Amino acid sequence: MATTEVVQGTKRPPQPPGLIKWIRDNLFSSWGNTLLTIVLLPSIAYILIISIRWMFVSADWRVVTQFPLLYAVGQYPRDEIWRVGIGLSLIIFMLGVSWGKWGGLLRSISIAFGLVFAVLALLPVQHPGLDLGMRLYLSANVLLIVIGYLAGRIQVMKGGYIIIGWAIVPILAILLLSGFANNSTIPVVGTTLWGGLLVTFLLSAGGILLSFPIGIALALGRRSSLPVVSAFSTIFIETIRGVPLITILFMFSIILALFLPSESRIDRLVRALMAITFFSAAYSAENVRGGLQAVPLGQIEAAKAVGMSKFQTMILITMPQALRAVLPAIVGQFISLFKDTTLVVIVGINDFLGIGRSIINSDPEFMQLQIEVYLFIAVIYWIFCYLMSMASRRMEAAMGVSTRL
Amino acid sequence: MIEPINEVIISCKNVQKWFGDFQALQGIDMEVHKGEVVVIFGPSGSGKSTFIRTLNRLEEHQEGDIIVDGIELSHDVRNIEKIRMETGMVFQQFNLFPHLSVLQNITLAPIWVRKWPKEKAEETAMELLERVGIPEQAQKFPANLSGGQQQRVAIARALAMQPKIMLFDEPTSALDPEMIKEVLDVMIELAQSGMTMLVVTHEMGFARAVADRMYFFDEGLIVESGTPKEIFHNPQEDRTKLFLSQILQH
Repeated sequence: MATTEVVQGTKRPPQPPGLIKWIRDNLFSSWGNTLLTIVLLPSIAYILIISIRWMFVSADWRVVTQFPLLYAVGQYPRDEIWRVGIGLSLIIFMLGVSWGKWGGLLRSISIAFGLVFAVLALLPVQHPGLDLGMRLYLSANVLLIVIGYLAGRIQVMKGGYIIIGWAIVPILAILLLSGFANNSTIPVVGTTLWGGLLVTFLLSAGGILLSFPIGIALALGRRSSLPVVSAFSTIFIETIRGVPLITILFMFSIILALFLPSESRIDRLVRALMAITFFSAAYSAENVRGGLQAVPLGQIEAAKAVGMSKFQTMILITMPQALRAVLPAIVGQFISLFKDTTLVVIVGINDFLGIGRSIINSDPEFMQLQIEVYLFIAVIYWIFCYLMSMASRRMEAAMGVSTRL
Repeated sequence: MIEPINEVIISCKNVQKWFGDFQALQGIDMEVHKGEVVVIFGPSGSGKSTFIRTLNRLEEHQEGDIIVDGIELSHDVRNIEKIRMETGMVFQQFNLFPHLSVLQNITLAPIWVRKWPKEKAEETAMELLERVGIPEQAQKFPANLSGGQQQRVAIARALAMQPKIMLFDEPTSALDPEMIKEVLDVMIELAQSGMTMLVVTHEMGFARAVADRMYFFDEGLIVESGTPKEIFHNPQEDRTKLFLSQILQH
C-alpha cells in the first residue's frame, strides 16, 4: 500500500502521444494545416506511385546491369582483372581484421560489405558477369571478412600491426594494379585504361589521406612566427582557394607537363591526384586553423605552466582539441572532395561518372536511358557520402564533441 | 611570528612590465623564502596577477631580475622550462584539459615532461587525488565535475610535477560561494605541509590562517607588506586601509 501511494504521489513524465493524437496534432491541428494535408497527401502518394511504377515497369535497367565491370574498373584489361580482385580482397581482409580489433563503425561497414558480397554471390539470376568464378570470388571475400575478424580477435594482433598493414596494403594494391615492366605475370597496365569506381576510390582515398596532413601542416605554417613559412602557407592557401578546382586540374594536367622534360612526365592519374590533394589541403588548412583559434589561450598557458614544450603542447593539447572542434567541417570537406573527383572527366580520366557518360554516348539506344544511368550513379555516390557522414557522427559521439566542453 | 630563516627561493629586483604603453608593473622587489606562504592582494588592475605570471614566464618582464630556485629567468628557453618544472600554477579558470580524463590531466606532464613510466605517474596521481579528496572522480572528464572539484584537480595536476613552489592566481574567484571552502581547505593543508606558496587572493580568512607575509599591490607597485597581524591590525598606508575596509565590510 505504501509503495502505491508513493507512485501516485510522484508526478510521472508525460507519455508519448498515441497515433491518433499525433495525427491530430501534426496534420489536422488547424484549418490551414488540414487543407495542406488534404492537398499534399494525395500529391505525395501520386508521385510515389509514379516513381515506383517507373522504377519497376518502365525503366530499363539493362544499361546498368549489362556493364558491371565497366562501372567498377573501366577499361582495365579483362585478362588482368584478377589483380583488381586481389587488391580489393586485401583491403576487405584488412577491414575484417580492424573490425575484430576495434569494432564500432568498422563492424557496421564490414557487415555491410559482407552482406553485399553474399547477396551478389547468391543472386538467383542468370547473368554473364555472375558466372561461377565470380560467385566463388564474392563468397571468398565474405570468408575473408570472417577470417580477418577472427584474426583481429586474437591477442597477438596488436593495433600497431594493423596500422602497418593498412599502410602497406594500399601500396601493394597499387603496385599490383600498375604492374611492372618486363614482367610477364603482371605486365604494366597504363592508367589510361583505369576507370570507374576504382579511379573514383583511388582519387578520393588518396586525396583524403594526403590532403589531411598537408592541411594540418599548412594551418600550422600559417600561424607560424617564422615569416617565410607563414607567407608561403598563406600564399599557397589563398591562391588555391581563389581558383576553381577545374582550373587547378587543367594546370596540373597540361601546364605541369610543359615545364617538365618529357621523359620525367608524371602519370596523369597522379597529376589529377595532386590537384585534388592540394585543393582539398587548402580548405582543410582553413578548417584546422579555425579549430586552432577556438582553443582557449588558458589551455596553452596551463600546458606551459606544467613545463610542456611548444611541440608537446601542440601535439597533446592544442591539436586534439582543435581537430575535435572542427571534425564535422573536415568530414564535410572530405565528402565534397569525394564528389569533386567527378571533375577529372574534363582532363580525360574516366571515373565512375565518366564511365556512365561514355556508356550513354556509346549507343544511340542508350541515349534514351540517361535517367537510369544517372540515378544509379547518384545512388552509389549517396551511399558512400552517407557512410562518411555516419562515420563522422559516430566519431563525434565517441570523442564527445557536444558533451565535453 | 618568527621570520623563516630558510634560503631565499624567489628573488625579484625592480621587475617592470609594460603592455603597450601601459606600465603594469612599476618596479617590484620581493624575496620569498623556502616554505613561506605569501598572499598578494589589491584592487583589480593593480598588477598582482601579472606579477605572479612573470614568475613562470607566462608574461615576460622587460626590466629587472627574477631568480627562481637559483635559476635566472631570461630568454633562455631551457631556463624557462626548468623554472616551469619547479613551479606549479593554479588558474582562476582552472584550465583543465577538457579532452582528457581527470587522471590523464594529472599524469600528462609527469609522463611527457618528467618522463616517468605510466604506472608511477598514475600511482602518484591517485595519491594526489586522495589528498585533494576526490579519488572517485579519476575516470571522469572535467566537464562532469563541479567548479570546486575542477579546481582541486587543477591543484593535483600542478602538484604532480612535484614543484618546489606553487603559484595560485585567484584560485577561488570563479567559484560559487559554497565551493570556495573545499578549495581553501586543500590550500591550507598544502600550506601547513611546508609548500612555498604565492597566492593572489581576496580570501582574507585564508591569509589570516596561513600567510607568513602579505603584499598589498596598487597601480603596479607594492604599497605595503607585512605579516597578517601588521596588515590587518596596523596598516600604515591609507590606500591599504581603504581597500581592507572595502573588502572586509561584509
